[in-house]
Amino acid sequence: MKSPDILTKESEPMTAQSAHNIILDSPGASASLVAAARSNEAQVIAFAPPRAPFAERMWAVAQSWFAVIVPPIIVLCALLLVWELASGGPKASLPPPSKIWADAKDLIVDPFFVNGPQDIGLGLRVMTSLQRVVMGFGLAAIAGILLGALVGQSVWAMRGLDPIFQVLRTVPPLAWLPISLAAFRDANPSAIFVIFITAIWPIIINTAVGIRNIPQDYRNVAAVLRLNHLEFFWRIMIPSAAPYIFTGLRIGIGLSWLAIVAAEMLTGGVGIGFFIWDAWNSSRLSDIVVALVYIGIVGFVLDRMVAGIGHLATRGTQAT
Amino acid sequence: MTPFLKVDHVSKSFARGTATTEVLRDIDLTIARGSYVSIIGHSGCGKSTLLNLVAGLTPITTGAILLENQEVREPGPDRAVVFQNHSLLPWLSVYANVKLAVDKVFGNSKSRAERHDWTMHNLDLVQMTHAKDKLPAEISGGMKQRVGIARALAMEPKVLLLDEPFGALDALTRAHLQDSVMQIHARLGNTVIMITHDVDEAVLPSDRIVMMTNGPSATIGEILDVALPRPRKRLELSSDPTYLRARESVLKFLYERHRAPSLQAA
Repeated sequence: MKSPDILTKESEPMTAQSAHNIILDSPGASASLVAAARSNEAQVIAFAPPRAPFAERMWAVAQSWFAVIVPPIIVLCALLLVWELASGGPKASLPPPSKIWADAKDLIVDPFFVNGPQDIGLGLRVMTSLQRVVMGFGLAAIAGILLGALVGQSVWAMRGLDPIFQVLRTVPPLAWLPISLAAFRDANPSAIFVIFITAIWPIIINTAVGIRNIPQDYRNVAAVLRLNHLEFFWRIMIPSAAPYIFTGLRIGIGLSWLAIVAAEMLTGGVGIGFFIWDAWNSSRLSDIVVALVYIGIVGFVLDRMVAGIGHLATRGTQAT
Repeated sequence: MTPFLKVDHVSKSFARGTATTEVLRDIDLTIARGSYVSIIGHSGCGKSTLLNLVAGLTPITTGAILLENQEVREPGPDRAVVFQNHSLLPWLSVYANVKLAVDKVFGNSKSRAERHDWTMHNLDLVQMTHAKDKLPAEISGGMKQRVGIARALAMEPKVLLLDEPFGALDALTRAHLQDSVMQIHARLGNTVIMITHDVDEAVLPSDRIVMMTNGPSATIGEILDVALPRPRKRLELSSDPTYLRARESVLKFLYERHRAPSLQAA
């Protein structure tokens, strides 16, 4: 409850009557005053809850944004300053931020320029890498959820497959590359396969855990309704295991993005990974730093996207 | 005439490794069409297991259960269950929860519009049409149980199985829902089997009360017929001699002859 002196400042026009009622409503009003008012049958007038003026509300929104944005900016500036000082000397092996800006201004300012087949903006390179990730991760999501459902649902499938999965998932992404190059005889499908094989394990394992944790009650409901396997999969399994599935997808997309950069360094082409390797070979250190920032931001956005979709998709699935 | 539902010398044992525990021994029970039967006993006596056997959710060890001369082997919508903890699917709205059952049971026999009307009709039976678009998490415990009942009724089951349906509710909501179930039973005349551990909840709506002995190897101790006219009114019955006698004999069974094992030890 607000105190009366604040309320009288509101834009709402005040009558003597309504002001009187507000004073009675305030916690400070004495009991005798309330009792007196009751005996007089004070008329209660309802009026709209006070609304702060537009400018004030905007100011509040701005303040909350300010509180979120300002601390990271301060820290970032401090870090850049330390970096500038640390690598500013003539013997420094890495370029300071000022030199990076001077060297790679075109890369930073315009992500989508095209000057030739190998001279394109980093945004376009990231898009090429993302296409591979979308393909590989998409396939991994489909196959991972299906395999996870199988392993989670069937004890025999789990006994047979789980040990194999546990061994295979420890194989580092790049160790798959030579064998996939041998199998596909082409760089692009090999890179996609590396993404697929990297992202699939956490998806399988989390989906299986989610399926194993479907409450017996839901299984009973499905049994009484005689849902067939397909209906059970869509109506019970997927929604019930969705929080687990999205955990797996989120880990999977992170690993995909880790793997694509490494895979592209080896396979070549126009991806962001190869760009870094190429820049290293021609000693363009500033370009590498810019590329790293791109990779970090894109990875962050991917993670938040999957988390956001998961949040939307699993709304209301928490059992009560 | 063959009985409507016959539980014929059914026993149930659970095996865990080499050890087997007999939960139910030699349960023999016939239930007439349209009757309301309560099964009462202390917790752990296997009354929920008996209901699961009738539902087909648990396989029978020996004996058989016959519904209209058909052996019960698996779960099905002709034996709809209202579960103790409502078991609504939390990602579906109230309407969609009931509609799922309607679509599954009447997918071939009713048109889309008929299925919608039938869903709404059943929600109306339990007075839940106002919340049809809410998710289960957004309604109260009593309301969830109402929707659970609507979902079961919507399957047009031959037998409605209630597994302690009011157990998790407060006393007032409970009484209110018991009255609703009695009204629905009077109106639709369906056969109801209800598990309970509450004496009043057993006596008030039932034609017969099946009292179970304590487990392990629980069996039917006694069957009491409640010869009270319908419709039954909670307030009027509270001083009715027949009601009080029935109540007393159930209490005597539970607390004199078959006390809970933990109480005996004390």
